[in-house]
Order: sequence, then C-alpha cells, then structure tokens
Amino acid sequence: MKKTSLLLAIGLLAAAQCLHAADVTGVITFQGTAPAEKEITPIKDDPSCAALYPSGLPKTRFYVVGANGELADVVVSLKGMSGKSPGAAAPPVTLDQKGALYVPQIVALQTGQKLVVKNSDPFIHNVHAKPVANPESNQVQMSGGADLIYTFDRPELFLKFQCDVHPWMFAWVSVFDHPYFAASGADGKFTIKNVPAGKYTLEAIHRKLGAQTAELEVKADGAVQNFTFSPK
Amino acid sequence: MNNKYQPTLFWFATLNALTTFLLIGLGGLVTSHEAGLSVPDWPTSLQRNMFLLPFSEWTGGVFYEHTHRLLASLVGVLTTILAVWLWLKDPRPWLRWLGITAFLLVMAQGILGGLRVRWQMDWLGVPHAAVAQTFLVLTGALALFTGRWWLNSTTAIPVSVPRGLRGHVLSVTFLIFLQLLLAATMRHQHAGLAITDFPLAYGKVWPATSAAAIAHYNATRPPGTLGNPITAFQVNLQMAHRLVAYALFLGVAAAALRTLKKLGGRDQLTQFAFLWLALLALQILLGAVTIWTNKAADVTTAHVMVGALALLNGALWCLIALRRRSR
Repeated sequence: MKKTSLLLAIGLLAAAQCLHAADVTGVITFQGTAPAEKEITPIKDDPSCAALYPSGLPKTRFYVVGANGELADVVVSLKGMSGKSPGAAAPPVTLDQKGALYVPQIVALQTGQKLVVKNSDPFIHNVHAKPVANPESNQVQMSGGADLIYTFDRPELFLKFQCDVHPWMFAWVSVFDHPYFAASGADGKFTIKNVPAGKYTLEAIHRKLGAQTAELEVKADGAVQNFTFSPK
Repeated sequence: MNNKYQPTLFWFATLNALTTFLLIGLGGLVTSHEAGLSVPDWPTSLQRNMFLLPFSEWTGGVFYEHTHRLLASLVGVLTTILAVWLWLKDPRPWLRWLGITAFLLVMAQGILGGLRVRWQMDWLGVPHAAVAQTFLVLTGALALFTGRWWLNSTTAIPVSVPRGLRGHVLSVTFLIFLQLLLAATMRHQHAGLAITDFPLAYGKVWPATSAAAIAHYNATRPPGTLGNPITAFQVNLQMAHRLVAYALFLGVAAAALRTLKKLGGRDQLTQFAFLWLALLALQILLGAVTIWTNKAADVTTAHVMVGALALLNGALWCLIALRRRSR
C-alpha cells in the first residue's frame, strides 16, 4: 500500500512538472565579419561529383551566417541534465549525403535515438563515424543503397562523420543523454521544447566560434535567451 | 648450381624493386588524398572480390585505395615468384633465405595494410609506412645481389672504403629511416599542415606552442576542407622533421665530399654519393613546396617518393662498400 502511494506521488509530481514545462527559445546572431569560406576545389577532380555542380563549386560551411547576422549550426543545450534520455522512443534524425556533401552538416540527437544516414547521390560513399566516446565504424553505402542506422550510447559533442571516398565531406553529430537541446537553423532561431520550470545554465556551442553560457529561469510561459558570437 | 649472372633473374628482381617503388608512391597518394579508409572492407573491396570490382566504382578515394591494393597484390605475386626463383636457382643460401624474408615481409605488409582498414586505426599507417620503406631497401638489395656487378666484383680491382666513411654513410642512412618514420607520423595525424609557412614557422625561427598560441594558429589557419585543429605536438613534430632534414643535408654533403676525397671522382661510390646529395637537395625543395602549396597531393607524394629513393641510395651505397671490404 505504502509502495503504491509512493509511486502515485512520484507520478503526480512528474505530471505536475510536465504541466509546467515550457519552451526555451532564442536567436543566435553573429557580429563582425566571418572568415571567408573557400571553394571545395577537390570536387572538380572527381568527374561524377563535378557533374553535380556545372555552374560553380560549393563552398565550405564553417560559418553559416544570414543576411542580418543570423547564425546557424549552433548547438544549444541545458547543462547538468544528464541521464534523462528517452532517446529510443524519439523520432529518428536524418543525415543525407547529397551533392557529395552531408546535409545537414550539424546534427544533434539523444543517446539511443536513431540516426538514419541516406545516400541520395548517384555514386557510392563510405560513412565513417569517428567518435571519441562511442565505437568507431566505417561502412560502404552504395547509390540508392539501404539506409544506415546508427545509435550512440554515450553523450559526445561534435562526433565526426566523414566520407573517405570524398575527403571534403564532414558532418558533426552531437549526442546528449537528455532531450533538452537544439541546433539553430538558418534563421538563427532555436527552440528547446518541454523544459520543466526551474533555473538552468544554457550553453551555446559553435564548432569554430566556441562556447557561451547563460543563466536563465524557465517559468510557465517559457524563457528567451539570445546569444551573440563574434570572430575569435 | 653455378654462382653466375642470370640476366632474367636480375631484371625480374629489378622489376620487383621498381614496382615496389611505384607502390610506395601510390600509397603516398592514398594518404595525401585521405583515402585510406574509402574502401572500408578487406580483403574484399566494396563487398566484392577485389579483382572484380567494376571500373565504374573506382571513383574518388576508392580509385587511390583500390589501385594501391591491386598494385600491392602484384608486388606480392612478383616477390613470391622471386623467392621461389632464388630458392630453386641461386646457389647462395643467404640470398635464398633473403628471398624468403622478402616473401614473409610482403605478406606481413599486406596483412598490416588490411588490419589498418579493418581496425580503423590511423596509427597503424606508421608501421605500414616503415615496413614499406624497409621492403623497398630489401627489394633493391635483391636486385643488387643478383646483378652482374655484384657477381663479377670479386675479380675487379679492389678499392677499399675506409671504415669511418662506411660508418658515416650507415649512420646517415639510419637517420633517413628515422626521418621517414617522423614523416609517416606527421602524415598519419590527418590534420593538414601543422605549420603553414617556410622557411620560418609562424613567422619565427621557432614557433610558440603555448595553449594560447595553438588556439591562435587554429583560428587563423586558412579554412581547409579538413578542418581538424592542430596541436602543440604536431607543431613540434614538424619542427623536428625540419631540423633532421637540415642535419641530413649536411650529413650527406659531408659524406659526398669525404667519398670524393677518399675514392676519387671516377669511383662508382663517389657518383652514388653525389646522386644522394642531389636527392637530398631535391627533397628539401619538395618539402618547402609541400608547405607553400598547402600540402598539394602530388607534391607531397613526390616528397614521399624522393625520401624513399634517398633511403635506398644510402642503403645500396653501404652494401656496395661492404662488398668491397669482404672481397
């Protein structure tokens, strides 16, 4: 009887917390002049890849900055939230290989959550995951071949995916053991959903520009926190 | 069996050494193009029999890695034939066993290359490169030992090589081997150029390697496609490579002058020593161009190949000098 009451109390508490969960939103901006991106010139040495770019080669995308300074590809997360991942139940995240590039280049997901890697190109790739905390793997993926499915058991920031067939291709996958994270989009905006009310440290990390943190309190109507990055 | 010159055997051994040299170049291209793991399976290639991979799939990095595997297979076959040939037709027991050693080494090298792919271990590329250089010296030596000059030299007029000179050249050759190990370690960091200027290093004679300096280098490096940050270890490694290069140039120049003084300008060993000096000069130039071109794959690979030739040159010089002593 005592046990049932205890479980009931915990359940009610959790439900109450969910009722008070809200979103953390914000906009990431870049101030200053971003270093110039370079054309990915090795593409022209591979006829099958070059054929995809008849009117000019793509450039590196280290700093994806919008017309008004909106900064994409910043990974934002709540700190100190470890061990709360329901990742296995979360919908899969897709990483495509398209135009001999990884799309998107920055991905974030939870431990246990599926990462589906596709090959939309008319040629082969090898998908070479080079983690530090998780096991390394390297697999061939033919054009139109079956999707490759990855899951990661341990949290890790900017886990590198690369293609050795096309050595300019990289993607960076950040793995969290909780659901409170997001990556900023092309408009610089991010949303971390269903954050329980409380005080937190929010961290924003750009692979080249470094990390910033901010203290914030999430109330019933959520919280807003913006970040501004500038060249190092 | 007579210990006499067999031209077919000699030319076959020479072909094996030349093919091995080309294989080192192709291996250099694999690393220069970061293509070592573009074919993730071994001994199959892209889940097919290696020898039946359709040409349409030899694209991008696969082209370099797959042709490297095919040429390596050819070297394996050539070395096996050579070992059997020596065993059956050469009267010198030590040479027959040297042929067996070459066979075992080429097998070990193939397995090492395969494990580097299967285990996805970058550092295995370093012993793979070291065995490649050793194997080149071995195949070059086999060609020398089966050559007319080696077999007939017992009747030629002896010109002895001073012991000090032999030790000098042997030491420099050994230092070249260590330099090639340093270079292989640098290349298998897969981080691009650790120092982007030459002859200075980040504008100084010796670059700063504090955490702040390394962070500054990483922030101001031209955005390469690789994008891996460099470390203080990598900066120090390249500086060590530069210092050893200068020491080697001086060592080889001194060896060439000493050989000229002791043996005269017409001696074969003097010509060999000056060829060695020319190779070292070319090698330093290629090293500089490697940096100035931000590690262009063809230049970097030429740097690897000339390095291998410099090692072979020194090793063959030592063997010829030893032959004169043992006469």
